[in-house]
Amino acid sequence: MSIIFLIVAIGSIVGFRAGAGRKMNLEEWSIAGRSFGLLFMWLLMAGEIYTTFAFLGASGWAYSRGGPALYIMAYITLGYVVSFYILPYIWELGRRHGLQTQSDFFEKRYRSHVLALLVSFFGVLFVIPYLQIQLTGLGIIVQVASFDQIPRNVSMLLAVTIVALFVYFGGMRAVAWVSVLKDLLMILAALAVGIFVPLHYFGGFSPLFHTLAATHPTHLVMPGATKTMGHAWFISTVLLSACGFYMWPHTFGAAFTAKSGDILRRNAIVTPLYTLSLVFILIAGFAALIVVPGLSNGDMSLLMLARKTFPAWFLGVIGGAGALTAMVPSAIILLTASTLFAKNVYRPLFSPHMSEDRVARLARATVLVLALISFGLALHSSTTLVALLLLGYAGVTQFFPGVVLGLFWPRVTSSGVTSGMLVGLTTVATLLLSHHDPFHGINAGFLALVLNFAVTVLVSLVTPEQSNPLPLSNDGEVATTAH
Amino acid sequence: MRKPSLLSIAIGLIPFLGMCFSVPWWDRVSPMILGLPFNLFWLILWIVISSGCMALANRVEERRKRKGRAL
Repeated sequence: MSIIFLIVAIGSIVGFRAGAGRKMNLEEWSIAGRSFGLLFMWLLMAGEIYTTFAFLGASGWAYSRGGPALYIMAYITLGYVVSFYILPYIWELGRRHGLQTQSDFFEKRYRSHVLALLVSFFGVLFVIPYLQIQLTGLGIIVQVASFDQIPRNVSMLLAVTIVALFVYFGGMRAVAWVSVLKDLLMILAALAVGIFVPLHYFGGFSPLFHTLAATHPTHLVMPGATKTMGHAWFISTVLLSACGFYMWPHTFGAAFTAKSGDILRRNAIVTPLYTLSLVFILIAGFAALIVVPGLSNGDMSLLMLARKTFPAWFLGVIGGAGALTAMVPSAIILLTASTLFAKNVYRPLFSPHMSEDRVARLARATVLVLALISFGLALHSSTTLVALLLLGYAGVTQFFPGVVLGLFWPRVTSSGVTSGMLVGLTTVATLLLSHHDPFHGINAGFLALVLNFAVTVLVSLVTPEQSNPLPLSNDGEVATTAH
Repeated sequence: MRKPSLLSIAIGLIPFLGMCFSVPWWDRVSPMILGLPFNLFWLILWIVISSGCMALANRVEERRKRKGRAL
């Protein structure tokens, strides 16, 4: 139990020290003054992707659903592939036109306040359940790893306070530094569980999977223990998630922290390899199916397995890694959501002449408010929030056509993007809330994305042409007529 | 900065073929390789190949940029 505290304390000290002694304007605080090189970029991106969902959810899917869990490995890798073709361009436009958030991009590219507000509003809305899930996950991890000595609410309150404080004082740079510790611990925990457990109980990977193949013959392939998650579901979900990977406000915004566009390109070469650590977490979930069968909540499988296998002090290390795994993404989300709120929602609506400094101060105050809100939601966590998270994932992906076409297709218009996005969001909401996901075996969000693309292109073609304020080439837009 | 070249886009599609569209052909347990079910092994292999594809696409883009400057 004290080990968990020790790890969290070290993490916080690292975070506070990183931000100390720097002058904090909005650009330094929210995107670290566009200064991150390859190593930091990699850490930051790994930090925001490997959340408690990767830790608990991936093993949980392997445990309760089986084969379909493999989609996680595929979509993360392909999400990085997609990033190679998008992020360097977003970065370049960001540097040239001073963009700091996702909404800035929509605002400047389409010269549309409505579109920018739409993107910020839904961005913040979708990201709050994401934050709440992190806190709930953290509560579970700390509770199990401390053998129920630390109650869930206390650990969540403690964590949210620490996160809010180091975001408030340290900004993005602090978060990246804490990420260093988190990644080391998480790889250690993943290797320990994924390698030691099969060796200890089965004598190796091969006997583990032979046992599984004999006792659960269909579990290891799709649709596994589910009825609807077959190959069509796999393809559509992987495509949707790979496109949506960098459409979250915080993942999109991370592109601006890079020192150059080339860093982002090279980053796409190394990041897929980090996905390999997930393999061990999946293996742990499969092993748990035999070692600790019959859990009602699959998300507990990794922790219950560790609790049964390891001595208390090592469970503390896993608990600490898990806690940081929740805290780092929470910090990034808090930071992005507050910047979005202050810069792209509050300023245009209520106080258009607000200075950058005052926006920065408002953003930092918003951190504390959002932290409180998500803590409140985590206390009363319910199934509707899980539904909202799924909605969010399919929802943010509806920004994808606006981003990609905005970068590469000069003919796209603001009315095209707005109507496409609204059609996409409506489709997602209708199908998900009426429990029609997957829709005839295909991911509902993917169907919405296809519709969205079609509407965006069609409406753009029938509305009058607009000039592109953010052309990629330096010498202005030469050939705008792309017929 | 110009749009990504067709060649680098084509290289980027390779991981999609290997990990996504081809799922009916590799989603099976046997033959087990290195003790892992075939589908798990296949994805691990393709993670490494994807990284290689990105390295290749990066070289294509870098070469194109140098040429662009020379002109």
